[in-house]
Amino acid sequence: MNKVYKDALSALEGLTKDGITIMSGGFGLCGIPENSIAALNKLGVQNLNIIANTCGVDGFGLGILVDAKQVKHVTTSYMGENKEFGRQYLAGEIEVEFTPQGTLAERIRAGGAGIPAFYTKTGVGTVVAEGKEHKIFNGETYILERALRADIAIIKAWKADEEGNLVYRKTTQNFNPQMATAATITIAEVEEIVPCGEIDPDHIHTPGIYVDRIFKGSFEKRIEKRTFRKREAITEIA
Amino acid sequence: MAWTREQIAARAAKELREGFYANLGIGLPTHVANYIPEGMKVILHSENGMLGMGPFPYEDEIDPDLTNAGKQTISELPYSSYFSSAESFNIVRGGHLDLTILGGMEVSQHGDLANWMVPGKMAKGMGGAMDLVAGVKRCVVVMEHINKDGEPKLVKKCSLPLTGMRVIDMVITSHGVFEIDKHGNGPMRLIELAKGVTLEDIRAHTDADYIVALKEEKVAA
Repeated sequence: MNKVYKDALSALEGLTKDGITIMSGGFGLCGIPENSIAALNKLGVQNLNIIANTCGVDGFGLGILVDAKQVKHVTTSYMGENKEFGRQYLAGEIEVEFTPQGTLAERIRAGGAGIPAFYTKTGVGTVVAEGKEHKIFNGETYILERALRADIAIIKAWKADEEGNLVYRKTTQNFNPQMATAATITIAEVEEIVPCGEIDPDHIHTPGIYVDRIFKGSFEKRIEKRTFRKREAITEIA
Repeated sequence: MAWTREQIAARAAKELREGFYANLGIGLPTHVANYIPEGMKVILHSENGMLGMGPFPYEDEIDPDLTNAGKQTISELPYSSYFSSAESFNIVRGGHLDLTILGGMEVSQHGDLANWMVPGKMAKGMGGAMDLVAGVKRCVVVMEHINKDGEPKLVKKCSLPLTGMRVIDMVITSHGVFEIDKHGNGPMRLIELAKGVTLEDIRAHTDADYIVALKEEKVAA
């Protein structure tokens, strides 16, 4: 079975229709599936349900889909950096389910692990707990959170082999490994596809069993906040 | 007179201890890293998936694949590790971190925190804050003592949507330091005054009930 596709459009072929649920990896603009997002925008699919930690920024990342009003509902932990998203939310044009970040990660992990729901302390006493089952374990109150699954997961990795085994780089890993496990079809876009055997099996983060389609993308890797320090003058020690 | 934001951050750094694994929130809490005493090893957790967060990189070493939870470019250290969001929040929710320092909009005298939403006006989302306050051993809030409208931020009961209920152990404001017994075994205690701030200033700008329990050497300072 060939998992390698030419590009985002060919990898998405036959999978998209209006109203589907899509998980999209990344944290801010770090480790996002830039190419698949652009392709979804080009395909013009509507009423999307998006599950993502953040929705990018205005004009980049998932912000592209929000700007184009292709998104109906978002399950997310943070929208702070996206003005148009915030505007649509406050105007009631887009539905948002705010989920604590750790609960979001665990709901996705559970979705991929065959666990329908789990108890957590996070959110007890807040709006997040409203309408949810409460249960006391060892004297502490927990709430029941349900697993999340998607029709498609679009994720970004650094390297793949032809089997779809994936390696991530630095903090681009974030939500990508769990999302890979929690969708009917997982599409991974990568910077390099190598023949099987070139990645040390000990170094694989995501085993290929979770990955259905891979393609080599081109990445802008836009930086959200470019922060740096000045190099101190080097004093020569004689 | 009161503490500046930098002075609040410097005071918060005194809550760090050798060998602590700590998470610093976005904004003012991030500045606490600048005041870690020289020679003290504190391992910083970044909830996007890193332990051992280093300082901002040199300009020619900026890497878009290496950012912190505030989306700023950062650097790695010899003992750094990277992991997924699920692993990152195992660390948070499993109680493995010693300390978190967070920003706040309101804190109640019982240790409730509100810092993620103003209904109808501002909806940023809670990010990892609800997980941090629920899971980390000790939670400290750093904030101004009054908001932009001049209203107290230390209140009897929070009016904004909560981030967590009975979760905060200490609040460091521009006016002083308050200790809270989040298990409800006693009132909130004012333990330090910021330089130039009087007990009358605190009384005039605090809605919460508290008792004065100043530590002596701090009064002199």
